[in-house]
Amino acid sequence: MPKATTGDTVTTDEEASSSPSLGVSDALGEERTRQASGVNTFELRNVNVYYGDMLAVSDVSLDIPHNEITAFIGPSGCGKSTLLRSLNRMNDLIPTARVTGDVLYHGVNMYGPTVDPVQVRTVIGMVFQKPNPFPKSIYDNIAFGPRILGMKGDLDEIVESSLRRAALWDEVKDRLKDNAFGMSGGQQQRLCIARAIAVQPDVILMDEPCSALDPVSTGKVEDLMLELKEDYTIVIVTHNMQQAARVSDLTAFFTVAAMDETSNRTGVLVEIDETRTVFSNPKDERTANYVTGKFG
Amino acid sequence: MSSRVITPGVSGGGPNVRSLEAPGLRIGERIIKALLWVAATLSVVVTTGIVISLLLPSVGFFQQVSIVEFLTGTIWAPAFAEPSFGVLPIVVGTLMVVLFAMLVAVPVGLTSAIYLSEYAPTKVRKAIKPILEVLEGIPTVAIGLFAFSVLTPLIRELTPFLPWTGPFSIGVAGITVGLLIIPLVSSVSDDAMRSVPMSLREGAYAMGATKFEVALRVVLPAAISGVIAAFVLGISRAIGETMVVLLVAGAGNPVLSFDPTKGIQTMTAYIGSTATGDISQGTITYDSIFAVGALLFLMTLVMNVIAIRLVRRFREVYD
Ligand SMILES: Nc1ncnc2c1ncn2[C@@H]1O[C@H](COP(=O)(O)OP(=O)(O)OP(=O)(O)O)[C@@H](O)[C@H]1O
Ligand SMILES: [Mg+2]
Repeated sequence: MPKATTGDTVTTDEEASSSPSLGVSDALGEERTRQASGVNTFELRNVNVYYGDMLAVSDVSLDIPHNEITAFIGPSGCGKSTLLRSLNRMNDLIPTARVTGDVLYHGVNMYGPTVDPVQVRTVIGMVFQKPNPFPKSIYDNIAFGPRILGMKGDLDEIVESSLRRAALWDEVKDRLKDNAFGMSGGQQQRLCIARAIAVQPDVILMDEPCSALDPVSTGKVEDLMLELKEDYTIVIVTHNMQQAARVSDLTAFFTVAAMDETSNRTGVLVEIDETRTVFSNPKDERTANYVTGKFG
Repeated sequence: MSSRVITPGVSGGGPNVRSLEAPGLRIGERIIKALLWVAATLSVVVTTGIVISLLLPSVGFFQQVSIVEFLTGTIWAPAFAEPSFGVLPIVVGTLMVVLFAMLVAVPVGLTSAIYLSEYAPTKVRKAIKPILEVLEGIPTVAIGLFAFSVLTPLIRELTPFLPWTGPFSIGVAGITVGLLIIPLVSSVSDDAMRSVPMSLREGAYAMGATKFEVALRVVLPAAISGVIAAFVLGISRAIGETMVVLLVAGAGNPVLSFDPTKGIQTMTAYIGSTATGDISQGTITYDSIFAVGALLFLMTLVMNVIAIRLVRRFREVYD
């Protein structure tokens, strides 16, 4: 598999040279996996998310392709987390939250009457901004999901393969019984990723997974994402432009807009496109301003 | 800049150095500090005073009755012409109350705490919490009367197959004390469970855990130290409860028995029924009250030490 590394960017392609610091790799060619798969994991049609009467995200329609990494970027408060959490019905945990429009998961309406939110979350996992390991041993953290889901198979094996998958096995294999709180922040976050993998989801949602991590740990998590996308559809919210550019195939840019008549402000999707296009040749001026740091 | 007072010694052209000394004596601050010190000291002194006043008369008691005899004797007959001071019967009475109280208070209190913290809509919790706190404050004598007049007959009615005798029952007393401490156990456990960070719950939900699994396998273990503390508080209250026990288990039957249908005297009931105006200071019966009181104090102390140990062992620490 080709790797998206900055070093590969040696082309004189005008799009790449216009933003070389972002490290958008086009060495892979623009016809890569997107075209190869052509399957969408999510299709959102006119999705609105409300908190009580407040419209937090307005009229979003977008497709999230299978086994690729889609990044949500945009200024604070534009509803990235809100939209992300509507993809695995985590919003159901907030009593005031309400979703309208269609969120289709492989064609199935996720908010349909026969859909069980608990079941949804076994298929669509999530990693959070702040590492949130359980105050249990490393082993029990990974085993938690398989245990409650009653997964068949050797638990030791599931734990080992999940930790290997998260590139954490070598660091923790001698202290599986230790409390997870004794790990570094970066290790904790990779543990949370391993924990999400352990229940074998199809999709992993990540809400600013690296914002609490140092650059080295961030690099490890990014490498991990690139590996995982072979098997998983990944949606990541990030404030880090470079990160979006480094890891994602598609980027969706959101912003906060004032609604016409009222003074209420709400999150809107400005554009979604291949990451290299969004960063080097965006259609919308607001996107251009944001990705070049001229926002505000 | 020019309006500022220049500290003497600094040349006019130099930096404007401001005084680092206190502008006044800060008398108010000193008085407050002194008052706080007095209050803190007072509470220590009072507690120490209580312990000493319990221990002194019991020293006199143990000069006449050996500690071994006191702790291992099975006949408690302090007022007989030939008195016997084996404390075990009334210790067993107290432990029976604790046992039955916890059989009621642990499951009910814990279930209601899980409901309040994990299931109840905010509105419901906001309505129930103050009610629980009011319940905690109901005079125990009122609850004792209720148990004597309503609960005891009711339980007898429901369990005709049990060998009920006489008007009193240590089992019913324990159940009543259990009802009494449900609000305490529930409220303290609820506080502990609600202080578990939301992010832990979200982590479990995101893996497909149900609400019940989140409550039982994430929130409860994470809050276990607080929950154990709630149980210990409950046990301490059950050990010390006097009024309910006097009214429901009676005060007159210090026999060594594990039969919950019988009225059995507890340590508190002994103290409560003996320490009346009739008793004359200096008699061995008078001193025995203090010996029992000291033992009561020791039991509560041991309880708390055990609890602290348990909490340390089970605690799943957050940073
Ligand atoms: N639980 C909630 N109840 C009510 N309003 C909320 C809730 N969570 C978020 N909001 C509001 O919804 C809007 C979008 O919030 P959201 O957290 O999705 O933004 P975001 O793009 O993720 O921001 P950030 O980059 O700071 O994480 C904000 O105006 C926020 O105040
Ligand atoms: Mg967010």
